[in-house]
Amino acid sequence: MFAALALAASLALGGCASQISKGEPAARRDKNPADRKLAPDFELKDLNGKTIRLSDYRGQVVLLNFWATWCGPCKIEIPWFIEFQRAYKDRGFTVIGVSVDEDGWEAVRPFLAGRQVNYPVVVSTPEVEQKYGGVEALPMSFLIDREGRIASTHVGLVTKKTYEDEIRQLLD
Amino acid sequence: MKMKSASFWISAFALLTIAAAAGQTPQILAIEEPQKVVVPRQEEVRIVLKASMRPGYHANSDTPSESYLIPLRLTWDAQAPLQVIEIRYPKPKLEKFAFTGKPISVVDGEFEIVTRFRRAPNALPGPAFLQGKLRYQACNDKMCFPPKTLDVKVPLLIQ
Repeated sequence: MFAALALAASLALGGCASQISKGEPAARRDKNPADRKLAPDFELKDLNGKTIRLSDYRGQVVLLNFWATWCGPCKIEIPWFIEFQRAYKDRGFTVIGVSVDEDGWEAVRPFLAGRQVNYPVVVSTPEVEQKYGGVEALPMSFLIDREGRIASTHVGLVTKKTYEDEIRQLLD
Repeated sequence: MKMKSASFWISAFALLTIAAAAGQTPQILAIEEPQKVVVPRQEEVRIVLKASMRPGYHANSDTPSESYLIPLRLTWDAQAPLQVIEIRYPKPKLEKFAFTGKPISVVDGEFEIVTRFRRAPNALPGPAFLQGKLRYQACNDKMCFPPKTLDVKVPLLIQ
């Protein structure tokens, strides 16, 4: 587990982990594609039992968002992500929501029922969380380029504009 | 029953820290470690668990405003030599955050959780332990942290 955490800390946040420990939002951006690390692949089921495999989205820009139903700041972002999905899907973009709720679909299913979430949502496993550094805090999002590499990472609530600017840069 | 006059009021503390996963999760809530509690033969016992939250953070109260929020919850071992009469949680605050449309019910700063016990009929005299768990879920105004459960262990001397 420690190895996985260390790997992911390096993979995702670099020296920003100390910001999370201070309770401050943390971000890492790798503008140079050569500096980007490959996003760990995973296979998880969506609400309908369909397998969502990250590597199947190679060629698209992916916003991979770890969230939970009990996370207030996460709920601020979800309407933004719905909007992004609508605006940029045709340009090769998708959001994938990864719930870390301990109760799994029992918690997530009713939550989604009241919201018109238009992107794939899956329920996480401890193994997937470890691949991405463990869930220290939420929301935690990874913006992945068309080659499947992590271009930026955000932990904590950031602005809608921050996400949108980064998505556009990767789509252009 | 002469509740107040018969009650044996005890307060106890020391510091327990959150076992932080990989040492990276910030320490958000600490509780003072209970000192030994003497349990008289026929009197109620009151144990006060003192907790403090890191400045800028809050936990949901025991009665969260929204159904999706995880409540503050103290549970005690049902097999213990003490039987719970009542658990009193701190009075919550209604606070609004950047991520909430309306105020939510939270606790922050320093607070106490008071449990009243009676001695179990089958409690044997001598030293014993009372074990419990405090579960909470904390956030600050920018992020939330996964639910945590702290172990609580109170040394007892059953008379």
